[in-house]
Amino acid sequence: MTYLAKPKLHHPSLAQNKVCRTRRDYEGRVSTLCAGCGHDSISAAIIQACWEMDVEPHRVAKLSGIGCSSKTPDYFLGNSHGFNTVHGRMPSVLTGANLANRALLYLGVSGDGDSASIGIGQFAHVMRRGVNMVYILENNGVYGLTKGQFSATADQGSKSKKGVVNSDTPIDTVSLALQMGASFVARGFSGDKQQLVPIIKAAIAHKGAAFIDIVSPCVAFNNHPGSTKSYDYVREHNEAVNRIDFIPTREEIVVDYAEGQVIEVEQHDGTVLLLRKLHRDYDPHNKIGAMNYITKHQAEGEVVTGLLYVDNDAQDLHEHLNTIDIPLNTLTAKDLNPGRAALDKINQRLR
Amino acid sequence: MSQQGQARSGGMNAQLKPQSLTATNDFVVKFANVNGSGSASANELFAKAILRMGVPVSPRNIFPSNIQGLPTWYEIRVTEAGWLGRRGGVDLMVAMNPQTWNSDLKEIEPGGYLFYDSSKPLPASRFRSDITVIGMPLTEICNATYSDARQRQLFKNILYVGALSVMLDMEPAVIEQLFTEQYKGKEKLLDSNVQALHLGRDYATKHIGRIGLNVKRANQVGDRIFVDGNSAAALGCVYGGATVCAWYPITPSSSLAEAFQSYCQKLRVDPETGKNRYAIVQAEDEIASVGMVVGAGWNGARAFTTTSGPGVSLMTEFLGLAYFAEIPITLINVQRGGPSTGMPTRTQQADIVSCAYASHGDTKHILLFPEDPKECFDHSAAALDLADRLQTPVFVMTDLDIGMNQRLCAPFDWDDTREYDRGKVMTAEELDAGRDFGRYLDVDGDGIPFRTYPGTHPSKGGFFTRGTTRNAYAQYSETGPDYLYNVHRLLKKLDTAKTLVPQPVIRPAAAPTRFGVLYFGSTSPAMHEALEALEAMGLHLDALRLRAFPFSDSVVEFIDAHDQVFVVEQNRDAQLRGMLITELEIAPQRLPKILHYDGTPITARFITAAIAEQMRAGSRA
Repeated sequence: MTYLAKPKLHHPSLAQNKVCRTRRDYEGRVSTLCAGCGHDSISAAIIQACWEMDVEPHRVAKLSGIGCSSKTPDYFLGNSHGFNTVHGRMPSVLTGANLANRALLYLGVSGDGDSASIGIGQFAHVMRRGVNMVYILENNGVYGLTKGQFSATADQGSKSKKGVVNSDTPIDTVSLALQMGASFVARGFSGDKQQLVPIIKAAIAHKGAAFIDIVSPCVAFNNHPGSTKSYDYVREHNEAVNRIDFIPTREEIVVDYAEGQVIEVEQHDGTVLLLRKLHRDYDPHNKIGAMNYITKHQAEGEVVTGLLYVDNDAQDLHEHLNTIDIPLNTLTAKDLNPGRAALDKINQRLR
Repeated sequence: MSQQGQARSGGMNAQLKPQSLTATNDFVVKFANVNGSGSASANELFAKAILRMGVPVSPRNIFPSNIQGLPTWYEIRVTEAGWLGRRGGVDLMVAMNPQTWNSDLKEIEPGGYLFYDSSKPLPASRFRSDITVIGMPLTEICNATYSDARQRQLFKNILYVGALSVMLDMEPAVIEQLFTEQYKGKEKLLDSNVQALHLGRDYATKHIGRIGLNVKRANQVGDRIFVDGNSAAALGCVYGGATVCAWYPITPSSSLAEAFQSYCQKLRVDPETGKNRYAIVQAEDEIASVGMVVGAGWNGARAFTTTSGPGVSLMTEFLGLAYFAEIPITLINVQRGGPSTGMPTRTQQADIVSCAYASHGDTKHILLFPEDPKECFDHSAAALDLADRLQTPVFVMTDLDIGMNQRLCAPFDWDDTREYDRGKVMTAEELDAGRDFGRYLDVDGDGIPFRTYPGTHPSKGGFFTRGTTRNAYAQYSETGPDYLYNVHRLLKKLDTAKTLVPQPVIRPAAAPTRFGVLYFGSTSPAMHEALEALEAMGLHLDALRLRAFPFSDSVVEFIDAHDQVFVVEQNRDAQLRGMLITELEIAPQRLPKILHYDGTPITARFITAAIAEQMRAGSRA
């Protein structure tokens, strides 16, 4: 946390991506979150991923609900339009925005209180509708802005900072997203940037509802012994199913095939995901297998991370609704108004 | 001889009681049916047949919150004079529901007529002596003619339409033509319906004959159309350029979204690609539906939702956000009886306050009050313009009475040169030209700032939208002056709105008067009739039909010009009157209230009696 303004000048030798921007162009305002907050690491990963993907910042719409996580869109992609909506209801606003202009990249950022408690209904429905987006859930198992209450993702038996034991069954958001029809489901850890950045890149390339649950310890209220969302706990119990390399286009594949088995997953847009399997039996195309795997390892106290499921042929909401290819918000009266003659015919039928 | 016996014997004319009502093109017929019996289409057919004979009708559906089995009524006012409100009272009751027999009987005017299914004999004690009772063994005839149970039920309705057409001297060819239009391409259905119609006519010709009420061909319909307000509002949204509709089913608004879907399928499909120039989502609830509209409005699409009172309650948090973050959204509230589930299939104007001030904190929203389907069309299209111009929520406040009942109204009209008012949207070119962009900066002094659509420019015009206070450049701020700048500018915007919304319609009395009457929305047709009745009684009132909130300056001028202005509303608490008192700082005693809120549409008789009583009491005092 710092209140120092970031310098606006960029060093001329900073590397530029294909759209002639430096990594600094993807930054936002200075974070006001607590020092060490996992959410800031996620913001850094988003910045990295967008820069590496050559995303034009102003072509991103970043939407969030209310809460610590939902403040973060202010801290990355400063030239993008952002929208802090209402608690738990970002998914509907994102859906409407996406309907209005399908040509932008939609980045939804949410928290576990936001998505798994007050907003679980909208969370479920935005997945089942297949809205083309990257939905990032910054999951710390606790309400930060209201100072330390358990959220619905807090594990049963975990302790709050004040020593209260959570007696409720947790909601596993990746299982929920899978069941609801998300076509890209992954889990990351804010402390593992190496795994996280390629996951975000792959989610950006995915067409359809891409969901990433990111365990992101809350240093103020949930990073203590007894918490199952602390840095130490997640590091000790992390069970990565795969490592991802993301290749923007096929021609540029430069990958070290030396370790383990590698499979290629071609995305709808021609980009390629290389999954370096850590677990031989793990197949990210098998939805039921993924659900079983997650449940089994969860019972063993393990936090399964990696790309858990991807459907390369997913359709998005616009395809379901058969909307025209150009953004609806660009249509004019000429395109939309059926005209007086059509109205006269309607009048005639109503007599 | 029992009345039933009388009804089943010989020609009817001989049996008319001396005091029996006689009227041409001016009477009320009411059908008492059972929900789910298939009567609705037969009753509507009857109404349309009269309309096709050039005689205006004004029908009202009165139905329960139920699919099958409970009582339902369809009331048709036949009115050559063209009054489109309810009159009150019933001249001919078609009593097809034993459950409501007693109450239906009571509604009949002295000298009126009761038509019933006489298949099962009823004792004379079940009838009234001051009315004419006409029995027809509908069930018996249907059972003898049809073997299929559903046909026996459905054709019973067509049979009574046939019988009524004889009793009222209607032209059978008109009904047959309506059948032809309805069953185009379904010849088998057409034939069987025509057959049932004549079965009913033949019986009535032989056993009943004509009664004292009749329909005579006239030329009073003109080029008017017959349509319900929900369909009209849906069409208004199509013409007004709405591309995103997100909704959640709720009576009485659901048919609006369904009509929008239907019109879009016909009028908004790209002919080359077969793809849709619209997006409709049935959301998971009202919160999500308005959320989608907020997202679409933020992103530059014209978007609307349609709902009723309980839906608005759920939407209020988003309404506060849209108001404070200044996002154009349009809501069509088809009001019903409240509070809570209240009377979900009955009408009221009881969401005025909850919509005008929806959400927490200091909020004020734009409300438009259409009087009929034509204005549902006009106001819905206008609301989309106003929302964009003012960057704020705009409500079209219709109700079940307009929304779900077909009404005669002026034909829809559209000027093909009309462009949509997209409001103050700064383009990439303007940003490049160096125009100062402050998202919440009041550059023109009208309280309305400029906005940019997401994705407009690589380095300029981007901003962060939030519900928390910010400065004029959309930067987060918790300082008092920034907050005050915003909320005072929002009030200034409301002042601008006063000049843009549909202005009141003022109708002067025949003679100078110190009394006025103020009304709005679906009260309109009953009010017009009441005003004539009051004039006839020598009671003169200038009338103002309010069409929007915030109130235009002419509303203040009108009230100032009168000692007393009656405020007519269809709710218990005189909601609009309360707003006039607080918003315009009017002394309460200058605004006597006339309130009707039992869930039925207000009648001319009620208004006339209530105003006459108060005016006479006032002059005695």
